[in-house]
Amino acid sequence: MPLILNEEQEMLQDAAQGFLAEKAPVAAFRKVRDNKPADGFCRDLWAEMAEMGWAGIIVDEDHGGSGFGYVGAGVLAEQMGRNLTASPFFSTSVLGATAIQQYGTQKQRDENLAAISSGERLFALAVDEGPRHNPSRIKFSAKPAGNGFVLSGTKTFVADGHVADKLIIAARTSGEQGDADVITLFLVDADAPQIRREPTPMIDSRNAANITVDGLEVTGDDILGELDGGYAALEGILSAGRAVLSAEMSGSAQQVFGVTTDYLKEREQFGQKIGSFQGLQHRAAHLATEIEMMKSAVLKSLKDLDEDFENAGITCSLAKAKTGQVAQLATKEAIQMHGGIGVTDEYDVGLYFKRVHVAQQMFGDAGFHSDRWAKNSGF
Amino acid sequence: MSDLEEFRAEVRAWLKENCPEEMRDGDITAENQCWGGRQWEFQSEAQKIWFERALAKGYTVPSWPKEYGGAGLSADQAKILDEERQAINARKPLSNFGISMLGPALLAYGTHEQKKQHLTGIARGEIRWCQGYSEPGAGSDLASLKTKCEDKGDHWLINGQKIWTSNADISDWIFCLVRTDFDAPKHEGITFILIDMASEGISVKPIVLISGHSPFCETFFDEVKVPKSYGEGNPSVVGEVNRGWDVAKNLLVHERGMLGTMSPLKGTTGPENLGKFAVEKIGLDAAGRLDDPALRERIAQAELDNWAYNLTVERMTDEANAGNGLGAKSSMLKYVASELTKRGTELRMDIEGTTAATIGAEGIEYGSLANNWLYNRAYSILGGTTEVQLNIISKRVLGLPSQ
Repeated sequence: MPLILNEEQEMLQDAAQGFLAEKAPVAAFRKVRDNKPADGFCRDLWAEMAEMGWAGIIVDEDHGGSGFGYVGAGVLAEQMGRNLTASPFFSTSVLGATAIQQYGTQKQRDENLAAISSGERLFALAVDEGPRHNPSRIKFSAKPAGNGFVLSGTKTFVADGHVADKLIIAARTSGEQGDADVITLFLVDADAPQIRREPTPMIDSRNAANITVDGLEVTGDDILGELDGGYAALEGILSAGRAVLSAEMSGSAQQVFGVTTDYLKEREQFGQKIGSFQGLQHRAAHLATEIEMMKSAVLKSLKDLDEDFENAGITCSLAKAKTGQVAQLATKEAIQMHGGIGVTDEYDVGLYFKRVHVAQQMFGDAGFHSDRWAKNSGF
Repeated sequence: MSDLEEFRAEVRAWLKENCPEEMRDGDITAENQCWGGRQWEFQSEAQKIWFERALAKGYTVPSWPKEYGGAGLSADQAKILDEERQAINARKPLSNFGISMLGPALLAYGTHEQKKQHLTGIARGEIRWCQGYSEPGAGSDLASLKTKCEDKGDHWLINGQKIWTSNADISDWIFCLVRTDFDAPKHEGITFILIDMASEGISVKPIVLISGHSPFCETFFDEVKVPKSYGEGNPSVVGEVNRGWDVAKNLLVHERGMLGTMSPLKGTTGPENLGKFAVEKIGLDAAGRLDDPALRERIAQAELDNWAYNLTVERMTDEANAGNGLGAKSSMLKYVASELTKRGTELRMDIEGTTAATIGAEGIEYGSLANNWLYNRAYSILGGTTEVQLNIISKRVLGLPSQ
C-alpha cells in the first residue's frame, strides 16, 4: 500500500479543513479557555462533529460509525491539531472506541459503539498513577470479592475524566507492581458514588481529572477484554492513542511552522526580511526536514493500525517518539523566531507550545518511546 | 487481476527464474556492484549472467524507453520491479553515474541522436561515465567554475582542472561543466559537454583522503580538442551553449535523489542494526538493557531517526509517483541521509571504542570500520554540502527571501 492518503481520505481532510476553519478555529479554543466552561469543550460543536460522522470515525458502519479507520482518525486529529480544537474526540472516539471495538464482548459493543458514534456517551481511559506515563507500574487494585472484584486506587491525569460517562480503568488483579501479566481492564459508570473525580486544570487548557475509587464493587461482566490479560489490550488502546495523538501534534507542528515561515517572510529588521538571514534559514530548513520525517512516521503508524492492529505497537512508538521531539522543536522555534511577540498571550504560537507539551507527556514522551524501541529490539 | 498485479506476477516469476542465487545477497556496495565500462571485468560468472539476462530484458535501465536500451516501464511498473527485486534481496544488475545522473539529464535535454548513442551505451554497460563539476576554486559555489572552453570552428578547445571526479581513472567518458563565456553573468556562460576520457591532453591523478585510498581524482585538461559533433544531430554539447547550468541543475536534483536514497545507510555503516552490533560488543546488564545507558539512548535515537528517514524515502517516492514530483525536497533526503550515515559510523566507532581506533601495520585497512568512518565525513560535503542543501530547502521549498 502506498504511503500516501487515498482519494477518500483526502476528501475527509478537505472536509475537516473547511469545517474546523469555520466552526473551531484557534479563536474558538481561546473562547473556551477564557470562559472556562465546566466541560472544558463546547457541547454544540461536539454534536456537530458527531453528525458529520467524526465521533464514530473508526467505528464500523453496523454500529453507526463511518468506518474510516485510524488513517481517517489521524486525518481529523491532524486538522484538530492545526486548530487546537478541544473536544472529547480523542478520549471517546479513539481510546473508548478502540477499547470497545477491539476488546469488547458482543454485548459491550452493542451497548456502547452506537452511543459513541452518536456522540452521546463520553469515555475516558484511566491508566496513569503518577506524573510520568508508565503503564507497567500500575498499583490500582481490583481485589476478588464474592462473584466479582472491589476496585480501589487513584488515577492521575485522566483526559476527559471529568466529563466522561464511562471510565475504562486499568487495575491490578494480582501480583506486584511492575508485574505486567495481571492487569485487567474494567468498564464502569463514571458517576458511581465510590468514584471521586477532581478536575485538574492543565497548562494546555484541556480538561482532565484525578480519579479516586474507593471500594467500587464490579462483576465479571464489567471486565473489558480478558481477566488478567488486560495488559495486551491496554497496549493496543495506548498504541491507537499514541498514533492519533502524534497526528494531532503533527498538525500543531505543521501549523505553527507555517505561521513561523510566514512571519520570517514579513518581519523586517536591519532593513531586510529576517527570513533572509542564514542563521534563521538553516534552522527553518532543518525543522522543515524533520517535519517531513515526522509526517512519514505518523502516517505509517496509522496505516499499520488499520492493516495489522496487533503488530502496530512499535510503529506507534516511533511516531510518538519522533513527533514528541519534532513538535516540541517546532513550537520552541516558533516562539524564538517570533521574538518578543512569541511570548505574548495574544499570539497563538504560545498556545501550541503548551498543547504540544502536554500531548508529548501523554502516553509516553520521546524518551519513553525510544526506551521502548530499544527493549523491543533486544538492547 | 489488474494490469499492475499481472505485471507484478510476471516480474516475480522472471526474477525467480533469472536472478542467480549468488546475486541475492542484499544491497549492493561500491565493492560488489556491477559498474560496467570498457575496463570492466565481471567479478563472478553469476554477476555476468545476471547482467546479461537483465540487459536482454531492458532491466538495466527499466524506466528508459525501449529504443535507448530500457524496458519502457511506467513509474508504477518500475516501482514494482524494484520492490520485487528487493523482496528477494537481489542486487541491481548494473549501477553507475550514467544511469543515475547523466541518463535522466539526457532524457530531459538530449537530442534523439545523443540519446541513441549515449543512453544505449550506458544501458548496455559499455561506457562508464564520471562527473566533471567541481574545481579547486569552485566547490559549493559551483557556478564560479573556470575550466575554459573555446570555440575553434570545427572543435572546442578545453583547458583547466576538475577535482573530486569520482573514478575518473577508470571511467570512459566525462560529462563536464565548462565556461564558454567569461563575460556573461556566472550562471549564463556555462556549457554542459560530453568528452571521451581517451582524448589527448586529459590526465588524471587520484586523491588520497584521511581514510586512505579513495575513488576521487583530479582531472586535468591541457589543450584538449573536443569535436563539435559526434555525428548527424549528435553534438558534444547537451542543451544550448551557455545554458549548461539548466542541465547541471536538473542533474544535481537527480544526484541528490540518488545520494539521498543510496545504500550506505542499509549496509554495515549506517544506523541500521546498531543495537544488535552493540549487544555483541558490549553485552546486556541484569535487566536486559545494553550495559551502557548513555550509548543505548543514542543508538535508539539513531535507529528511530533512520527508520523515519526510510519511511520518508518511501512516502516521497509514492508522492512523486502520484504526480506531485520530488523537486527540491530531494535536498531534504540528501541532507538527512548524509548526516545519518555519519552518525551511524560515529556510533559504531564509539561502540568498539579503542579497538576500532587500532590500525594494522599496513595502515587503515580498506573496508574497515575506521576507513568507513573517516570516508563518511565526505558524505555531508560531496554532492552539495549540508549547508548548501539547507540553503536550497530555505529558498526552493520554504520560499524564504534572499539577502
